[in-house]
Amino acid sequence: MSHGSGGRAMAQLIHELFVTHFDNDYLRAQNDGACFPLPAGSGRMVMATDSHVVSPLFFPGGDIGCLAVHGTVNDVAMAGGRPLYLSAGFILEEGFPLADLKRIVISMAQAAKEAGVPIITGDTKVVEKGKGDGVFINTTGIGIVPPGIDLAPSKIRAGDAILVSGMLGDHGVAIMSLRENLSFDTAIQSDTAALHDLVATMLAAVPEIRTLRDPTRGGLATVLNEFALAARCGMLIREPVIPIRPAVNAACELLGLDPLYVANEGKLVAICPAERATELLALMRAHPLGADAAIIGEVIEDANHFVQMETAFGGRRMVDWLSGEQLPRIC
Amino acid sequence: MRERLSLRGLVQGVGFRPHVHRLASELGLSGWVRNDANGVTLEAQGSASALQALRTRLLREAPVHARIEACESEALAPTPDSSAFEIRQSEAASSGQAAIGADTCTCPACLAELFEPGNRRYRYAFINCTDCGPRYSIAEALPWDRARTSMAGFALCPDCAAEYEAPAKRRFHAEPNACPVCGPQLHLLDAQGQAVAGDAIAASLALIQRGGIVAIKSLGGFHLACDARNAAAVARLRARKQREEKPFAVMLANVASLATLAEISRAEQADLQSTARPIVLLRKRVGADAQLTGVAPDLAWLGVMLPGTPLHYLLFHDAAGRPPGSAWLDQAQSLALVMTSANVHGEPLISDNTEALAQLADITDAFLIHDRDIVIRCDDSVLRRLPGSDHAQFIRRARGYTPAAIPLTGAGAGTRAGANVLAVGGYYKNTLCFTRSSGTRSEAFLSQHIGDLDRVANCRALEAAVNHLQQLLQVKPQAIAHDLHPDFFSTQLALRLAAQWQVPAIAVQHHHAHIAAVLAEHQLDEPVLGLALDGVGLGSDGSAWGGELLRVDGAHVERLGHLQPIALPGGDRAARDPWRMGAAALAQLGRHAEIRTRFADQSGAALLAQMLERGTPMTTSMGRYFDAAAGLLGIQPQMSFEGQAAMRLEGLAASYGTLQLRSPLHEIENADGLLQLNLAATLNALLDSTLPVAQRAALFHAALIEALAEWAQAAADASGIRTLACAGGCFLNAILASGLRAALARRGLRMLEARLAPSNDGGLALGQAWVAQRALAD
Ligand SMILES: [Fe+3]
Ligand SMILES: [Mg+2]
Ligand SMILES: [Zn+2]
Ligand SMILES: [Zn+2]
Repeated sequence: MSHGSGGRAMAQLIHELFVTHFDNDYLRAQNDGACFPLPAGSGRMVMATDSHVVSPLFFPGGDIGCLAVHGTVNDVAMAGGRPLYLSAGFILEEGFPLADLKRIVISMAQAAKEAGVPIITGDTKVVEKGKGDGVFINTTGIGIVPPGIDLAPSKIRAGDAILVSGMLGDHGVAIMSLRENLSFDTAIQSDTAALHDLVATMLAAVPEIRTLRDPTRGGLATVLNEFALAARCGMLIREPVIPIRPAVNAACELLGLDPLYVANEGKLVAICPAERATELLALMRAHPLGADAAIIGEVIEDANHFVQMETAFGGRRMVDWLSGEQLPRIC
Repeated sequence: MRERLSLRGLVQGVGFRPHVHRLASELGLSGWVRNDANGVTLEAQGSASALQALRTRLLREAPVHARIEACESEALAPTPDSSAFEIRQSEAASSGQAAIGADTCTCPACLAELFEPGNRRYRYAFINCTDCGPRYSIAEALPWDRARTSMAGFALCPDCAAEYEAPAKRRFHAEPNACPVCGPQLHLLDAQGQAVAGDAIAASLALIQRGGIVAIKSLGGFHLACDARNAAAVARLRARKQREEKPFAVMLANVASLATLAEISRAEQADLQSTARPIVLLRKRVGADAQLTGVAPDLAWLGVMLPGTPLHYLLFHDAAGRPPGSAWLDQAQSLALVMTSANVHGEPLISDNTEALAQLADITDAFLIHDRDIVIRCDDSVLRRLPGSDHAQFIRRARGYTPAAIPLTGAGAGTRAGANVLAVGGYYKNTLCFTRSSGTRSEAFLSQHIGDLDRVANCRALEAAVNHLQQLLQVKPQAIAHDLHPDFFSTQLALRLAAQWQVPAIAVQHHHAHIAAVLAEHQLDEPVLGLALDGVGLGSDGSAWGGELLRVDGAHVERLGHLQPIALPGGDRAARDPWRMGAAALAQLGRHAEIRTRFADQSGAALLAQMLERGTPMTTSMGRYFDAAAGLLGIQPQMSFEGQAAMRLEGLAASYGTLQLRSPLHEIENADGLLQLNLAATLNALLDSTLPVAQRAALFHAALIEALAEWAQAAADASGIRTLACAGGCFLNAILASGLRAALARRGLRMLEARLAPSNDGGLALGQAWVAQRALAD
């Protein structure tokens, strides 16, 4: 792939690649923008955008392509929205292999198709060699939030239940193992998945859900700290009931990571009134993407807005809000 | 003539007003004395010679625990006074300079009464006087007055009130004064919290002698006690406390009872018998472990303390068969009590009755409890003497020492008192520190040990301690100092309070603070070399420092050198698994291939080797080099408590004795303009030697001491500075500290060490405060 004047032919090639694989009427219309009809019925529109940067680009269980679809679909879903359309913007580094790009585009197309959310507009830029990291993908999603649904962390109340939709830490550990070139006995796969169908099921039955969030970068710990601050409450979770694969635990131990801080790409955290928690849990478990869902704790009164975890040994550990990477601290 | 005297320093809670009253009455002076926010103020009227005598004798004959920092006098016009000298009500104020005393053990005069049959306080567990008893742990606010202590709810009976008001008596204005009629009462409760009938002391002792566990409410919090000579009881306590290997301390009746257990020097005896009643770490005698099975297994040191409260004495009195008089106090006794802090897994010491009943029900068989509240919990202090040193070193500074003030020099090259600041300490072994200034003087108040901030309760305790100490000291900080690490609760608390109080927050690099703590207590305000040998502290370059040679000049610090970086595979995880650091050492030595074979029994060895090949974050931590050595020698692949590997290594080296190093096993290299200390030859020697493990442990220590001394010398030669301040957790290693002291002395270098504050992170807040004062003065 080249940049500059000689790249015009290439740009055309890429454009055709997208049209072929994303394949829909909006793209075929060859306009700079896509016009679509207003969705029927009432409710509110939701729009979310996310730029995807991941290294390595291909990992067990997925690649940057499907991740870019899932990430934005999930952001729309976490607002309670049903995603309708996506846009995709590519920033390619000069010299990026076309074969890799093709693989990524096919994966994106398939993810969009499975999710039922077409990519209806897009853009590509090529930057000089050394000014990018292979490929960056920005996706923006538009969706519709059904009437009566208004999710916000500020609605969280002491006494509410904290639920997660499944095993935590898979994505981050899969990426990290690959980056560290570690071959574990049990291969750990990224959990990347689109959660809007699970969310629709949950909200249809329990519209009282206070808020939802996908624990991506920073993991469960960061989401709970954000919730605690927004709701001016404390969060108490219980170590033994947090779903984590033994293989993920083992890998985290080796790598010195705390799985609570590790990224997920196909999980959500839900806060709901305690009296609806069991029903919600049953619903989630009945869905293929929520089979390992669990109630992991509750919201408590706490002027300090601490997130705390009752450990397997007793006592309560602080689940700090980290400013960045997990830095060593044992003196 | 009439004169007003204002006295500052530790003059409250030490019997100072009675002292003034006695002198003034004796000298025929009229006037008054009272406690106020600044200390003690008095006005006296009489002849010039009598006033002169008062001034002299006031200082010369001051009560034992008093410490007078300043005495200002002012001439006044004579006024018509009543003829008698009186003690006036304390004056509360919103800001002040008063200090409060630490808790002290029962004094000899009170002990004599305690064991005198017929005395109205015979065997009364709360006997005290102006010379002894609870202070800091029961103080809610200053000035020191019964109404502002947890004794407020106990109204004095006529007999006690008479003592309180009789100037000639030892209990004249003794604020916690009490007797069986009017004071706190002792109770024994079973594990379910039900009262047990009969004599609480006798029943507790009987239970302990049968192998039971009793939770005892001591001065600063609850202890869990059992018979240290009963292996089954000790094992049961360990199992119930889930404290697998961490050493327990024992309480013995007196020094005579120690004979077969530990060696003791005269200085150590003085430490043990000091009124602060710390735990003193003593060298075990051969056979000690056989007598005290499971108390402090595999370690060279035994933590010992003597009874500190009347309650503790009563248990030993019962064990001795309740002899009348005080003679038994010096006679050897076989009763040895394990006395370990009552807490749940790293959580704060339990100090409240309700909390104790709720949290200790599964651990203890009974509660020996009373109704005098502990306002501020204070763990036992722990100290130890190193061979060749003329001072004791704190491992933990708490009960008996806090809140004693540490005097500081002025800031801005000593021209003016340093500002009032708050420093919130680090993460592990957290303490906090306030400085308070008046005139040209400034003092540091380092809090009691608070604990590790990975626990929610310790974080809350830190915040509570900030409020309580501020309340006691009535001080308004002009800045808040904290560690560079962004994620510590202490850092976040500092930022929050700084925003709230609208004062600057000042980040102080971890090892700068360690060195500064030493400079603070030595009152040295000139450029020095700093040698920080530590676990991990965040460096100014964002990496994990811990073996650093610094040049410290007040708020300014320059890194002159560091240990050769070594991999830290798995971050903090590596600090718990010395075998990982052993593997990191092999990687550093280019001996990757040996990782899989040497650590074949570790399931993660192959993967760790892969990680090390790819590269991991690095550290220059000395503590991790100790772990690496322990890992390479295979003596402690995993740790169950912090510092365990280094302690084992030290224990083994001590068992071998002195080792003469044939040739140096280090190199000093130039790495980007810094002096880098390379210990590869030392590590290779550990690996390739066929010597016994103990000898190799001794070799490691000897090589390290030589290397560090040479390294310091190189920095001294380059900088022209010949004073080396040493700090960091590694200086708790007796062989290292003593060996380095001797090696530096041979090179004509002056070594400064921590004495008043712990060398580990427990002293960090003091250093942070000192740096912040200087940053504000710049
Ligand atoms: Fe430190
Ligand atoms: Mg996202
Ligand atoms: Zn006394
Ligand atoms: Zn009384």
